[in-house]
Amino acid sequence: MRNHVLSYLDETVRRVPEKTAFSNGSKDYTFAQVYKGSRSVGTFLHHRGLFREPVVVFMGKHPAEIIAFLGVVAAGCWYVPIDEEMPLGRIELILKSCNARMILCDRDTQEKAKQFAFQGEICIFDEIAATPEDEEALTKIRNRSLDIDPIYVVFTSGSTGIPKGVAACHRSVIDYVEQLSQALEFHEDTVFANQAPLYFDACLKELFPTLKFGATAYLVPKELFLFPVKLVEFLNEHKVNTICWVASVLSMLSSFGTFETIRPKYLHTIAFGGEAFSVTQLHIWQDCLPEASFTNLYGPTEGTGMSCYYHIKRPLEENEMIPIGQPFPNTEILLLDEAGRPAREGEIYIRGTCVTLGYYNDPERTKASFVQNPLHSLYPEAVYRTGDIGRYNEYQELVFVSRKDHQIKHMGHRIELGEVEAAASRAGEVSLCCCIYDSEKSKILLYYTGTIQPGELTAYMKNLLPRYMMPNETKRLEEMPLTANGKIDRRTLMERRKKEWKN
Amino acid sequence: MEELREGLLEILEEMHPDTDMASCKGLVQDKILDSFDIITLITRIREAFDVVVPADRIVPENFNSLDALTKLVDRLLEEE
Repeated sequence: MRNHVLSYLDETVRRVPEKTAFSNGSKDYTFAQVYKGSRSVGTFLHHRGLFREPVVVFMGKHPAEIIAFLGVVAAGCWYVPIDEEMPLGRIELILKSCNARMILCDRDTQEKAKQFAFQGEICIFDEIAATPEDEEALTKIRNRSLDIDPIYVVFTSGSTGIPKGVAACHRSVIDYVEQLSQALEFHEDTVFANQAPLYFDACLKELFPTLKFGATAYLVPKELFLFPVKLVEFLNEHKVNTICWVASVLSMLSSFGTFETIRPKYLHTIAFGGEAFSVTQLHIWQDCLPEASFTNLYGPTEGTGMSCYYHIKRPLEENEMIPIGQPFPNTEILLLDEAGRPAREGEIYIRGTCVTLGYYNDPERTKASFVQNPLHSLYPEAVYRTGDIGRYNEYQELVFVSRKDHQIKHMGHRIELGEVEAAASRAGEVSLCCCIYDSEKSKILLYYTGTIQPGELTAYMKNLLPRYMMPNETKRLEEMPLTANGKIDRRTLMERRKKEWKN
Repeated sequence: MEELREGLLEILEEMHPDTDMASCKGLVQDKILDSFDIITLITRIREAFDVVVPADRIVPENFNSLDALTKLVDRLLEEE
């Protein structure tokens, strides 16, 4: 039985050692190099006395970062990825929450790492990546590992302004890799182009199936996502046949008319998720690639990557929401009403091996979302309460309806509007603030009252929020609309916004 | 042309109120604009000037500065 994610790599490196595993288009790493590098990093961490504890990885998006992740796992630890895109304030909250003793960085990030309020050791990947392997020690670590041990902690938006770390174990990741690979029919000749940042669980889709099948994954340089023609040229140059991207990036390519200039020549498997993809854009893709398969994916980080999939087979109406379909095998979706009873339309609960370990070092918030299965009390069984409302349509396909709270999906990122508000409120000269989301225009709007200028406020907030959480418009109001109870009146703000557009 | 420049500046400033958009010459190089910004920018240009920026013109050179962007939109308007 497979109970360790690195067993994928162990098997594949024997079969295709010289094949490219990961590349960014300019630097290729073979499976042998990935294997050797991860064993070296693992040995180094072991020599430093690290075991069953977090190791922060702070590196630029590069195949070496993946080697660092795998090295951390080889040492019996779990990786906590942070990124240059995260502002200092957020990084420090993460460091505080995970309390790691070591940060692995690269030559470009080390200067920034030295500025952190961090007591532990900062090591540079290049300097440790050639550590001679201690085979005996690594075998011992492997033999002691259990499939319920965490392998990573990734941080997602938290409504109070404190990010939540989601910890996932071997067993959940293996389950996900197996189910996703089967659903999307990955194999040895799969060539992935990875779009998702490596500091989210979204990148699991490429990382571990690549190790499992001896496939190849290209990490697409971030700047290519600004320029659609260059992006497709990259896909063609590397004969990419499979992409699992956020819907907003797919929409970017189709809505800009990219396919009139250039077509992706090798693509046959296209999956999208992270947010709703419009049927209009899907149709443009289908016209461009009539033979390709298209799959909608749905799932929260707390359910390890994705939990549901929907292969697009029947024709969809232009105004239809693309269904999220059905759960992967070995995963169950419960739709429950407020009282915890099964309902046609209700809150989506996830049960199965895919349910992660919980929020790291945060029993309070874990207890609120990882709850006893409301359908029984016969034995302990944690299910994850998503806060998403779903229903079944006439074809018995699961459809996403809405959120219960102020969490949004913006350009594929999951954001708590409360976290944006919390950041704005920390600026002393803000008295009241409110964030709303204009889903039609895909814009985060921040309204506030206070003496600070909008430009000063956004400059301040940049130190606290990652770029994708920054408001797209920041407006100072003379007066904040309030409800009868004295709460900020979101509805009025929304209505005013709609009127503005009509004018 | 001046009016066009002003209009574009307004759009850029709204996206990044804390950056000096008028004089910056490396909006792409210096990573001031990201992929979301490019999408927003192209949508706003379509709304404000009723002109579509074709995919083959969405290249770094055309987005690096307010001047370059003004030239791009000006040319597109002429071509119509």
